Amino acid sequence: MWERYITAASTYAHSIDHLFFLIAAMVGFWLILAEGMIFWLVFKFRARDGRPTQYITGDEPHLKRWISIPHTLIILCDVVIIAWAITVWYNIKQVMPPADATVRVIGQQWAWSFQQPGPDGVFDTPDDIRTVGDLHVVVDTTYHFDLMSRDVVHSFAVPAFRLKQDALPGRVITGWFRPNRVGTYDIQCTQMCGLGHALMAGRIIVETPQQHTAWLMRDSAPVAASEPTPQPTAANRSMVAEVLR
Amino acid sequence: MSTYMEHAEPGVLKKYLWSTDHKVIAMQYLFTGMAMALLGGFFAYGFRMQLGFPDHSVPGLGLITPGKYNALVTMHGSIMIFWVAMPVLIAAFGNFLIPLMVGCDDMAFPRINRLSYQIFLLSVLVLLASFFVKGGPFGGAWTAYPPLSASGAYNLTPAGAVMWLLAVALEFVAFLLGGINFTVTAMNSRAPGMKMYDIPILVWMIVLANVIFMASVGPLIAGAIMLLFDQTMATGFYDPTRGGDPLLWQHLFWFFGHPEVYVVLLPAMGIVAEIIAVFARKKIFGYKTVLYTAWAVGFLSFVVWAHHQFVAGIDPRMANIFSITTLLISIPIAEMVFLYIATLYGGSIHLDTPMLWALGFVVEFLIGGVTGIFLGSSGTDIYLHDTYFLIAHFHYTFVPIAIIATFAGITFWYPKMFGRMLNETLGKIHFWGTIIPFNVIFIPLFITGIAGDQRRVYNYALFAEQSRPELQHLRTVSTIALLFMLAFQLVFLFNFFWSFRHGREAGANPWRSATLEWTVPSPPPHGNFAEMPTVYRGPYEYGLPGHAEDFVPQNVPDSALAGEVKA
Repeated sequence: MWERYITAASTYAHSIDHLFFLIAAMVGFWLILAEGMIFWLVFKFRARDGRPTQYITGDEPHLKRWISIPHTLIILCDVVIIAWAITVWYNIKQVMPPADATVRVIGQQWAWSFQQPGPDGVFDTPDDIRTVGDLHVVVDTTYHFDLMSRDVVHSFAVPAFRLKQDALPGRVITGWFRPNRVGTYDIQCTQMCGLGHALMAGRIIVETPQQHTAWLMRDSAPVAASEPTPQPTAANRSMVAEVLR
Repeated sequence: MSTYMEHAEPGVLKKYLWSTDHKVIAMQYLFTGMAMALLGGFFAYGFRMQLGFPDHSVPGLGLITPGKYNALVTMHGSIMIFWVAMPVLIAAFGNFLIPLMVGCDDMAFPRINRLSYQIFLLSVLVLLASFFVKGGPFGGAWTAYPPLSASGAYNLTPAGAVMWLLAVALEFVAFLLGGINFTVTAMNSRAPGMKMYDIPILVWMIVLANVIFMASVGPLIAGAIMLLFDQTMATGFYDPTRGGDPLLWQHLFWFFGHPEVYVVLLPAMGIVAEIIAVFARKKIFGYKTVLYTAWAVGFLSFVVWAHHQFVAGIDPRMANIFSITTLLISIPIAEMVFLYIATLYGGSIHLDTPMLWALGFVVEFLIGGVTGIFLGSSGTDIYLHDTYFLIAHFHYTFVPIAIIATFAGITFWYPKMFGRMLNETLGKIHFWGTIIPFNVIFIPLFITGIAGDQRRVYNYALFAEQSRPELQHLRTVSTIALLFMLAFQLVFLFNFFWSFRHGREAGANPWRSATLEWTVPSPPPHGNFAEMPTVYRGPYEYGLPGHAEDFVPQNVPDSALAGEVKA
């Protein structure tokens, strides 16, 4: 996608963008050709007195070529697009590079909350970092995420990362991302989840290791008071445990 | 047969609720569908105003709150697909045209036909009633994913959700009855001499659409009943805490939902084929190939459904299979469009209003088709899924189908339906006043989609990347274009009703068309054909060399033509 409209801030953002451009070039060619053909034919064969129409059934070999050759070329284009699309998909969704860190992402009506294991690297211990709405991550670090939902279907989307994955109640869905540009980016919910669907905004804050440490030091009680609808930690844990069950 | 024709004219209520005449039932479906289209358009006006001018009170609807917004988008989608595209494209055109085009006096099962409309009307009433229940109409999107749709605690519209589902289920029953009828009529009631490859393409397309519909809707009806039980009897088919699975609904829904796209596409393609042949004065290029591609599309449409679910939490390996099948479907569709374009070659093209609409369909549908490749490719779908790019894409398919092809069909068969011509100047004003705003509405939405605008969001204020002024400008442009498009529909409505009485008398065959419906008076009398026709040739014999006229109707025997052969 054009950087003008949306930043690319993860390692796989560009591979999706390149696939987009490849498809755009191929289908753009066919679109212009077909549209041009329509307008040319309508002009060339407009009704004029004294010019009868030609009787053509479509079985004439020298005319059938005009269908069968583009037909073959379109199959070729499809093969190229399929191969490229599957490669991109495979690298993003089917394989996961080794994790440097893991984060739990929990969707609920209508907020995103996040749980990072903290210094001990183990979830559900007192040093866990829990946040609502904001997810702080370190640049150039590969994150695995465990995506869950407490109620209905949500979809965890970070446009700048080209990341999108639905969160389903009753399942834990894994995925990964590796931010490669410092900054603050939007988290959306892209699946209709009820009255507050448009309010289900979050932010992902990509920091340098120094910034990240500074944030950890500053915010020793990471469920910040300014955040909307903070969940009681105990309830949080039991619900996550329930989801994970 | 003759006693059937001699029935006295019944009273209005009896005629329009209890008639078994296929033409009256067609009009019932047409007018119900048009009324619902006005409602669906009004809802689009409501949520586009909110998006174009956020948090301003909308004339006629007031302030668009989140709940109201959700209800508007849900009802717009449901109505336009289930209560506009289906009744108009399949039921109205199918009912009116199949008996006339295949040369019989009525549908195979006239009373089932009547029952079909009555159930359809009931579904409309249930849907409309749901606007007035406590909690308001359902707002959980037309796809109604559980658990949101299954539980009033989540969707906050407990009564609206149940009624929406009931309405959809009733609508399916109506179209199942209709589908049986259309298929049987086209297969069993054809005029003597009309062989399989003499059937007009439109009839084939409607039959195929009904076969696809009947084969795909079963799982969804089962799914809808389970959802209804979840909603009302506290079962847990889709509830993960009780062993259910929300993904089950998504599979059942899209197993129907994607074939449904082709259920409405094929009749639209059929309408366009009839019109292009008549106004280019040309035989359809490769009639049989068109049918084979349509069969291929129909078959493939059953194996692409999970492309709606690439990122829904299904096994990621499944995306590869569905990516391949989805891109494969581009081959027969492209082939079909190429054949339509090739039909123009060597023709004598008359740009009357129906032809403008038919060409407009091909031109615009191509854009919808090629943008589908971006979404069918799993790699790009990760980003584009549920963005406005998707919205723009499917409106570039559904607007050509449900709006452009419908106008093509109405302007083309209006003389046959009502015996008078529509006004040509008003028709052209309406055409350009629809087609230009349509593009101005949706091209900006491709861009906002690329920029990451997610769908079904009433306000982007909380999303920093989405609330940039340049994107808001695009949304506003789109909304203003919609206002123009809606305003120009008044021209059509005026033309439609004014021409009832004041249009030029049409005569039996104003477009000099070769198919059977043009051999009977306009409008056709009860029973259609004074003398049942016999068919001697295919439906598109235009420009046949050696004849005085540039077309030969299907029902004229070769012996009758011998005298007029040019010296």
